Amino acid sequence: MDRRKYLKTLAVGTVGTLSAVSLIDSCKPEDKPKDIAATPTIDRTPAELEHYNKLMADKFFDEHEMKTISVLTDIIIPKDDVSGSATDAKVPDFIEFIVKDMPKHQTPMRGGLKWLDIHCMKKFNNSFVECSSAQQIEMVDEIAFPEKAKPEMQQGVAFFNLMRDLTATGFFTSKIGIDDLGYVGNRPNQWDGVPQDVLDQYGVKYDERTLAESVKFDT
Amino acid sequence: MSDFQIKKSPKTYDVVIVGSGAGGGMSAYVLANAGLKVLLLEAGPMYDPAKNVMQLKWPYESPRRGASTKFRNFGDFDAAYGGWELEGEPYTHKDGTKFDWFRSRMLGGRTNHWGRISLRFGPKDFKRKSIDGLGDDWPIGYDDVAPYYDKIDRLIGVFGSKENLPNDPDSIFLPPPKPRLHELFIKDAGTALSIPVIPSRLSILTKPINKERGACFFCSQCNRGCTVYGDFSSSSVLVKPALNTGNVEVIANAMAREVLTDSGGKAAGISYVSKDDMQEYEVSAKVVVLAASACESARLLLNSKSSHHPNGLANSSNVVGKYLHDSTGAGMGGILPKLVGRKRYNEDGVGGLHVYTPWWLDNKKLDFARGYHIEYYGGMGMPGYGFGFGMQNTNGKYLGRDGKQKEAGGYGASLKDDYRYFYGATFGMDGRGEAIAREDNYCEIDPNTVDKFGIPVLRFHYKWSDQEVKQAKHMKDTFREIIHKMGGIVTWGDKDGPENDYGLQAPGRIIHEVGTTRMGSDSKKSALNKFNQAHDCKNLFVMDGGAFVSQADKNPTWTILALAMRASEYLIDEMKKQNL
Repeated sequence: MDRRKYLKTLAVGTVGTLSAVSLIDSCKPEDKPKDIAATPTIDRTPAELEHYNKLMADKFFDEHEMKTISVLTDIIIPKDDVSGSATDAKVPDFIEFIVKDMPKHQTPMRGGLKWLDIHCMKKFNNSFVECSSAQQIEMVDEIAFPEKAKPEMQQGVAFFNLMRDLTATGFFTSKIGIDDLGYVGNRPNQWDGVPQDVLDQYGVKYDERTLAESVKFDT
Repeated sequence: MSDFQIKKSPKTYDVVIVGSGAGGGMSAYVLANAGLKVLLLEAGPMYDPAKNVMQLKWPYESPRRGASTKFRNFGDFDAAYGGWELEGEPYTHKDGTKFDWFRSRMLGGRTNHWGRISLRFGPKDFKRKSIDGLGDDWPIGYDDVAPYYDKIDRLIGVFGSKENLPNDPDSIFLPPPKPRLHELFIKDAGTALSIPVIPSRLSILTKPINKERGACFFCSQCNRGCTVYGDFSSSSVLVKPALNTGNVEVIANAMAREVLTDSGGKAAGISYVSKDDMQEYEVSAKVVVLAASACESARLLLNSKSSHHPNGLANSSNVVGKYLHDSTGAGMGGILPKLVGRKRYNEDGVGGLHVYTPWWLDNKKLDFARGYHIEYYGGMGMPGYGFGFGMQNTNGKYLGRDGKQKEAGGYGASLKDDYRYFYGATFGMDGRGEAIAREDNYCEIDPNTVDKFGIPVLRFHYKWSDQEVKQAKHMKDTFREIIHKMGGIVTWGDKDGPENDYGLQAPGRIIHEVGTTRMGSDSKKSALNKFNQAHDCKNLFVMDGGAFVSQADKNPTWTILALAMRASEYLIDEMKKQNL
């Protein structure tokens, strides 16, 4: 079969996939009946679907916890010149799903959130979300830097490390995050080697033999 | 009438094949094209990568962003169902030893998952005992298999470069893709250290080879299954065309229970339980081919006892299940500071490494007997679950974009920029080596345990020997050397020592297990003859990795395919001569 035809078909296919997803994304949560999970767009076995529907029907974090997670994720990944914030990328929803999917995260997350509130209560007489932004940052500063944190803050450091990990993964695997990162693959391509300007930048080149025997493309 | 009954098919097939992976798929393909009537039993569901699509999906199309699950151990986008544990299908261990058994119940089996690394065994790989006195020689040599390697190269397609290496024979290659940037650095470091780094050898079509399959379009996602069949998986490349001959029927969700034998001790068919209706079935055939994977085929044989075969079918030698061996594996990774803040471009390439290192040293000068090859990875891949994890271990160690040292960890816009800054600067490498096949590494039937179908399960007994541990140590020393030569900094895999066998992975983890029904000239020391035919039962063949006498420092798939083709041609010939 003609290679270019394949590429063309696939390119169309990709756009189709993208628009299907952006349609789902643009659909606000309140537009959807709450008891029906969005249908997955990837290959699923019956057992996987059953598991997925079960997870979607469950709720792990309560409202206060979700609020705290939202504030924390936006402190970790705020909006900047390049892209939106963690909550813009729906990172809290990802975290809610992943702790249901990976029960090992449940106690560290629930307990960590509680730890944070208790420390804020002692320090500022308020829960974390009720603290002022300046107070929130003051608290975060005590647990966000593992190498200079005080020994009595270690549990908070461990919790914040987990929050940082889940926030970063949730953000950079979202559409906003992938665009921010500049990942430009996942589409039909013709790999013809490292671009010349990049080779020049690093002072490397393909040797004659590699150039002679590697796959070549019609332009 | 009792509710419990066994449904017998009135039809007698020429051949019934158990398993649709590399061995079973190839056998079905060859036999069907020769006009034989074939029944293919598969323990899992039907699968077609063009219909069960994972390719070109985005991370956010998986709510867990591609993280692994108990349903797909290699991630939510991986094509292969199953994994190390299957619900209701346990296996056990003996004497506190360890073996992890990866099973993928689906059309095409584990060829839906594998790395497409397609290496021929070399002349020495068939004659190891003659070289180092360990294990056994194969009853065949490279010249016996070479014509079949040639045929599968043409039939399936593999890219690579002609190197004329003595024990890494060249295939009939399609052109390889150019190395990626980190692979160029690896190649330079290797060259400086006299470690060869050559184009990888993967069964991916960099050029079209027929009208049924499209060429690779460089999305780097072979493990998700290819919608244009641009890479090899048994389902798309062998079973599908075999079905198109009209000579093959597939029964999916058919879990084989035992090989049936007749009053004369010959194989007569297969009994299986259907996962669809949980009913018992029996099918008859003139010839039985087992290709259910090395351990699953051994399990079937050991569970097929009769008055003629009291020790299990094809097991008068008592070797079935023994000589189990998996490839060794150890890895190390690092960061290449010169790659931070790198320019973005589409670096996906093919699904896997563009360069690799074949075994390059002389074991006579080393303290272990067999070699290993090295696989490399890195670069600007698609982010997935785990992306950015552990930034607190990275961003305080290197100068930032502004040239200043940062406090590790952190938050906010500056942290956000760190993920961009370090993206694409990490890389790693894995050694895959040859273990010695030993009689006391084995699987056997657990006398106490059955699976949910009532089939007695396997119990494993496996220990690495000093040979494999020393090899792993050598791997680690080599990796460290390469990484340092590249100007890289080791970030993981360098804290192993004798206390954990130098990071040598548990047996089974590399998913190259072979040897459980090994071939040989002496029927007292082997289960199969040199044509994968049972010594004790001439109309029974085993065409998976079980037939291997020794696993080389190569990946087994290309050799499973070549031997299955060779055995199937022999089967056809013997059938014509009415010898079966």
